[in-house]
Amino acid sequence: MNGATVRARLVALVCLAALLFSPPLVVVFDRSSTGSVSWLSLYLFAAWISTIALAAWLMERGQGDE
Amino acid sequence: MRTDSVVLTAAFGYLALLFVIAAWGDRRAEQGRSVIGSPTVYALSIAVYCTAWTFYGSVGRAAEFGPSFLLIYLGPTLAMLLAPLLIRKMVRIASTQRITSIADFISARYGKSSSLGALVALIALIGVTPYIALQLKAITLSHAVLVNYPATAEFRLADESFWSDKSFWVALVLAVFIILFGTRHLDASERHEGMVAAIAFESLIKLVAFLTVGVFVVFVLFNGPADLFRQVAERPELAGALSLDAVPGGAVGWVGTLLLAFLAFLTLPRQFQVLVVENVDERHLKRASWLFPLYLVAINLFVIPIAMAGLLLAGDGDPDSFVLTLPLAAGLEGIPLLVFIGGLSAATGMVIVETIALSTMVSNQLMMPLLLRSRRLHLSSQGELARWLLGIRRVAIVLILLLGYLYHALIGDSYSLVTIGLVSFVGVTQFAPAMLIGMYWRGATRVAATLGLLAGFATWCYTLLVPGFAQSGWIDASFLSEGPLGLGWLRPYALFGLEGFDIYSHALLWSLMANLGLLVGVSLFTRQSPVEQTQAALFTEAMNPGLQHTSLWRGQTTWGELQSLLNRYLGTLTTSRILADRRDAPTDGDPAPPALIARAEQALSGALGSASARVLINSVVRGEALDREAILSILDTTSQTLEYNRRLEQKSEELARIGEELRAANERLRELDRLKDEFVAMVSHELRTPLTSIRAFAEILRDSRDLPEEKRVHFLDVVVLESQRLSRLIEEILDLARLESGRLTLNPQRLDLVALTRQSVDAVHRLQEDRGVALEVDIPLDEAPVIGDPDRLEQVVINLLDNAGKFADDEAPCVRLHLARHKEGYRLSVEDNGPGIAADERERVFEKFHQIKRHGGSGKATGRPRGSGLGLPISRGIVAHLGGRLWVEEAPFLKGACLVMELPRAPDVV
Repeated sequence: MNGATVRARLVALVCLAALLFSPPLVVVFDRSSTGSVSWLSLYLFAAWISTIALAAWLMERGQGDE
Repeated sequence: MRTDSVVLTAAFGYLALLFVIAAWGDRRAEQGRSVIGSPTVYALSIAVYCTAWTFYGSVGRAAEFGPSFLLIYLGPTLAMLLAPLLIRKMVRIASTQRITSIADFISARYGKSSSLGALVALIALIGVTPYIALQLKAITLSHAVLVNYPATAEFRLADESFWSDKSFWVALVLAVFIILFGTRHLDASERHEGMVAAIAFESLIKLVAFLTVGVFVVFVLFNGPADLFRQVAERPELAGALSLDAVPGGAVGWVGTLLLAFLAFLTLPRQFQVLVVENVDERHLKRASWLFPLYLVAINLFVIPIAMAGLLLAGDGDPDSFVLTLPLAAGLEGIPLLVFIGGLSAATGMVIVETIALSTMVSNQLMMPLLLRSRRLHLSSQGELARWLLGIRRVAIVLILLLGYLYHALIGDSYSLVTIGLVSFVGVTQFAPAMLIGMYWRGATRVAATLGLLAGFATWCYTLLVPGFAQSGWIDASFLSEGPLGLGWLRPYALFGLEGFDIYSHALLWSLMANLGLLVGVSLFTRQSPVEQTQAALFTEAMNPGLQHTSLWRGQTTWGELQSLLNRYLGTLTTSRILADRRDAPTDGDPAPPALIARAEQALSGALGSASARVLINSVVRGEALDREAILSILDTTSQTLEYNRRLEQKSEELARIGEELRAANERLRELDRLKDEFVAMVSHELRTPLTSIRAFAEILRDSRDLPEEKRVHFLDVVVLESQRLSRLIEEILDLARLESGRLTLNPQRLDLVALTRQSVDAVHRLQEDRGVALEVDIPLDEAPVIGDPDRLEQVVINLLDNAGKFADDEAPCVRLHLARHKEGYRLSVEDNGPGIAADERERVFEKFHQIKRHGGSGKATGRPRGSGLGLPISRGIVAHLGGRLWVEEAPFLKGACLVMELPRAPDVV
């Protein structure tokens, strides 16, 4: 895997993360079923951790390629 | 337990520990065994981002504004994910140009402009002051809560005189501590390894402290998160606390804060310091790009539970101190102290790095250019500059902290912790356009950057800083509600009537719009000076490998002048290190090589900032020091050259491929040529044999008229026989030629292979009998319909029988023909009881003119004619044309050779 591929994937990941953290999706998850608080925080943490996991996978796999 | 003395002992003990760690880190660095050469330490040092604001303020913000506090950490997550692209470039630029601060970075980008550097330093100083104030407030507040609980920690700073105010003493203690710790020596690279080690340690402490209190709240005060959130859901007034409705500014405010945090993370002076200046290895960015976000997740994990628990249990207390009051209310002693230390470490970490970064800016960007310009700096003895710089920095540190205290004392009460932090964020975000656009757009000019910065800064002052003073009562409150002089459209929180935004998104929008607009707009209408052009090219093309090894220096100076300059500013030790590479001792009059001038300027940059270094170098170098045309031509040509190279590479690959094809074709042609020669030789040989005997006998007949009749007849028979053989041979050669050239015309039709075989057997039967060959025919079929040319197929079968007869055993020759159904076709096999064909010869019998050597010796074979060696190749060609196969295998019955012909079965006729 060459540097350009990693770079393209990284940019795509950042775009994905920006999308996940921004209003249209955030509003979608700002719901609460009766008798519970909004799901928003749970969603944010889930999106956040998945993004980091993807980044870690991407970075550590390409270790030493450059 | 919670007496002042215990708390103070703990606090001072902690500071002493930090100092020991820093000293240890510095000593290890001097010994060349760096403790910070690991991506994990690097990631932890970046966590200086999490200040007291995170530690106390996040909970407060979560309690008030729901999940919007997370945006302050999601923005940096995005920035850090981009680190291998964006921050890596910054690190590369900073290391090649010996950048020491963000002011230096921006000043260097725009032609090493000292005025721009000074402006950035000034804005940073003013912009970050509220943030330092915040840390002082947090330390004082947490101390007060800890000591006074359960009495409320009400304290009005402005009412008291400053010497009875704890914040003032906190500021002073911190100033002394930072002076001891950050300005012990003047490093040319402005790296502080000991400081980084201490900061990494602090990041661990605050994380552990926060997680401890989080676990305590969730699992001791409540029975796990499920229990906590069930109780929250039962309280109707808390139900909406975690939804988007609680976020100020709604969706717009959400995006605004995300963008704000993203940009501020890159432009905060302390973040620039740890991310870029203190980076020891570019490769650390890879690991840090996900490790640091992970740290952020960990430290935020319990913020919401603590905030909710605080709202449930403490109710109307100050949300900023829930982290402390919750364990205090539970009657604990140890955890609150740990929390206090955690908060202290978060605050001191920030103050240390921020103050050191700011003091470097103040000394390098504000004071040095002034001193150099006014010629007040009379450096008579060596090493005096270092004393000057350290002195300036120490004074700067004290002044910065006092400024922070002043802000805190004047308006610290009117804002909560996060609010103060966000004011600073918007302030430093003004650097983002000049810095980021400058890194990617070569056309951005110094004038435009200066104007953009000024406009952005002015907007920030008007929309955030000044209103803070109004809220504290220093300016008439009508300034906020009515606008200055009653001009409603100039209201600071609703500029030009723009309402419905939260104040930060509002300020960010207007200030960035002014900043960015001027930067881009003015750049398009102004020209860059030569130095600017060079620097712009060096910045935008920093990752271009062509720049790494090119000498770009041209100006002239002498060895002696350079040496005395360096001696004056850096001391003899550093100077001799810089000039060390000369083998022969140069005299003072020798011209200094260009690479040396470059090294000298870099060394000066590391100590004084790039603008001052340039002034100094230009004072001794005649002519343009940096070869501008050389560098611009390198940059312009490299991209073209790369493109050409790429195309050339494609072409040469293509050529190599074609060459390979040609070589293969040539090889094949040679082989064919060789085969042709062989063929011609064979044919001539084969033709000559019968021809020779015909000629010989014909000559005998001509010359010997008295030959007995009986002999004459015999000779004539031989002539006739040989002629027949000759014509047969020619016929065969013609067949072969037709087969190979593909001109053989077959007349395929449906026929019965059984009938055809019997017919062929009949044809050769007589001949075989004459030769004494026993022919055994086994055809267990009535009919075998195939598609084929009857004449040619008969030729093949006769040839096979004939061949078998020739190669059968000499004593009792025997040939067996067998025709049977096999799968979707018919197999005709002809075997003999001869010596057989060795396995490696089996394919070669199908080569032209190949003749098997008979083991019995040629003498015995006289009764049967030799083959021409063309029969089998022709037969195989015919069979292949009819869609069948012909091959040799082990004879199953007679133990000799067995030739097998297989033909597909003809489709049924309807």
